[in-house]
Amino acid sequence: MKASPNNYPEEAALVIREHPEVRASVTGATLNFDQNRRKAYSEIDTEAWRVWAEAVKNHLLTHLDGYLRQAEASLVANGVQVHWAEDAEAAQQILARLVRENQVRTVVKAKSMLSEELGVNPLLESLGARVFETDLGEYIIQLENEPPSHIVGPAIHKNLEEIRQVFHRHFGTALNETPEALAAVARKRLRDAFLRAEMGISGANFLAADTGTIALIENEGNIRLSTSTPRIHVALVGIEKLVPRFSDLAVFLSLTARAATGQRLGTFVSLIQGPRKPGEHDGPEQVHVILVDNGRTSVLADPEAWETLRCVRCGACLNACPVYRQTGGHAYGYVYSGPIGAVLAPGLLGLEAAKALPYASSLCGACFEACPVRIPIPKLLLAWRSRAVEQGMTPRFEAAAIRAYAFTMTHPLLYRLAARFIRYLPDQVLDNRVVPVVKAWTEGRAGLKPSPKSFRELWESGEAQ
Amino acid sequence: MRVALFITCLADQFFAESGVHAVKLLRSLGVEVEFPARQTCCGQPAYNAGYWNEARSMAEHTLDVFQDAEYVVLPSGSCTTMLRAFYPELFRERSSKFKQAEDLAGRTFELAEFIVKVLGVTKLGDGLRGRKVAYHHGCHALRELGIKQEPLALLANAGAELVDWPASQECCGFGGLFSVKLPEVSLSMADQKISTLPRADYLTSALAGCLLHLSGRMQNHRVGLETTSPYGLSEVRPLASLLWQAVEGAA
Ligand code: SF4
Repeated sequence: MKASPNNYPEEAALVIREHPEVRASVTGATLNFDQNRRKAYSEIDTEAWRVWAEAVKNHLLTHLDGYLRQAEASLVANGVQVHWAEDAEAAQQILARLVRENQVRTVVKAKSMLSEELGVNPLLESLGARVFETDLGEYIIQLENEPPSHIVGPAIHKNLEEIRQVFHRHFGTALNETPEALAAVARKRLRDAFLRAEMGISGANFLAADTGTIALIENEGNIRLSTSTPRIHVALVGIEKLVPRFSDLAVFLSLTARAATGQRLGTFVSLIQGPRKPGEHDGPEQVHVILVDNGRTSVLADPEAWETLRCVRCGACLNACPVYRQTGGHAYGYVYSGPIGAVLAPGLLGLEAAKALPYASSLCGACFEACPVRIPIPKLLLAWRSRAVEQGMTPRFEAAAIRAYAFTMTHPLLYRLAARFIRYLPDQVLDNRVVPVVKAWTEGRAGLKPSPKSFRELWESGEAQ
Repeated sequence: MRVALFITCLADQFFAESGVHAVKLLRSLGVEVEFPARQTCCGQPAYNAGYWNEARSMAEHTLDVFQDAEYVVLPSGSCTTMLRAFYPELFRERSSKFKQAEDLAGRTFELAEFIVKVLGVTKLGDGLRGRKVAYHHGCHALRELGIKQEPLALLANAGAELVDWPASQECCGFGGLFSVKLPEVSLSMADQKISTLPRADYLTSALAGCLLHLSGRMQNHRVGLETTSPYGLSEVRPLASLLWQAVEGAA
């Protein structure tokens, strides 16, 4: 089946049925991340930080036009070349031009979800460039030709055994190699790529409008190398990634690290201030920033969805989500998965193309609790659901059943009759595997058994007195 | 003090006995209990599935039914959340109904919360002495309303030993229509939750739906999966029943 957001129900069921190892890996890793996040939150006045971060991002988003212009001016003053891309195609064209003009043969990539969203790797390959993902997790899934299954831990669905097999297949390493030895193999290959590459592509965690600083958080050092070793650095930046002031980073860098991995700060934080200046010994000759819209302004204009754009892509909501935990990210059929994916997908792709995802949640609220910028994900999911209903995108029998149920519940007499009726049904009816809704319930659970008498009957007959 | 009991549709049909216990419990605390006969369902399943017009019709019905109640008490955390947090949301654009919804929200309480916060009672008796109890926090009560300590305090003060359940605050996977729209995911969530359940005499919660789902999964003899807790089955008993047991002693 083709990966698509609307295949979520089938894909999720398939993973659960046939790949229990995915659930085990994802559960182990996310619970671990989540615990670390809680610990890191407990060290600070998290509520104050979250409320502040929410306010700053809200201010940014409600003044985005001005801040974008300011960011452009600051970047240009730093010697950075700024490009604007309205959609994925425009971004690809800009990138293709840079690759051709500079005769780029090898590209090293620092982990960037936006690059996945824009389809950068297939583009570069079609231009004849060799592409190396340099984040270890990304490197593993690139070898396997898989999309990332988590915003922060792209290979989170694979356990050590599988990773050993991947390395064995590709590089002939032993099947009992230690993780350190495997990392060393990847490191050696990537070293060569770093030295050869003419271009490094990164995303950006933040872009400070007042100073034009690109901020990147990481733990492996590959981002620093990707952005400083090659002659050309291209940063793909979603327009929502801005923060108004350089000083805002003081909170955002730490809050994001705490939310993502439970660290107080990423092991490496790169603050990029433009290309190599005369007299400097290292750094790229050219730095390009491609500011990407790709659906974001339409989300911004949507009064019920705009809060989605506060997202800093920390992955905390995925780690907190018991629904995500059962399947990992691939079942969502979209680059962004988990709770944030379920609200981003309809916003960026249009509801018709992603109408199944807002239902991929039990609305337990754990995502909101974890989110460093307080995105009310359950509320946003509900808004998308209500739109799906308004626009007639839900199954017809479901809509009819809900109408019948609402009619019953607003006619107390009918409700009474229905309550009587289910008690006259032979046991098999509420315990069967034919009627769709009952079947969906009883296939994995014991059948439903009403109390011998409803509470109402007990009350009226005086048995409750 | 007069309380209108909103039994909620699932408890009405599937845990009728627990409604009787709720009535006895409230009366034992000196509260006058009424049962407005026209009550039905709060409408949450429709609301959560995105059918807001239908949800609104049920909300209006419920606003009507409980218009004159001094307090509305529900033995369900999730339905309490519906009345308290989501009704005003549904009527945000209709000022007269919105006022009525806000007014109802201010008078509405979950049973344990009502006993602790409104009645100021934290000890019901010691009928649960020596009983090991696993408490499932319903997501809505916990995260939307912040009800957490009240039920635990009432249970503990009645002598119950609250077992340490790592997943006690995790979603069980019920989620209303979610349980039948995405049954595999829903069951997989239940299995994860149940797998960490320690040995206990009772598994309890203020959520009828969650209890039906969890107990249905645990008693699922058909699929023969190893889904029960490593320590075997706990008896599933709604919170209202356990709280009455706290007053009365072992039933
Ligand atoms: S929605 Fe919030 S928790 Fe989820 S990735 Fe975005 S910022 Fe992080």
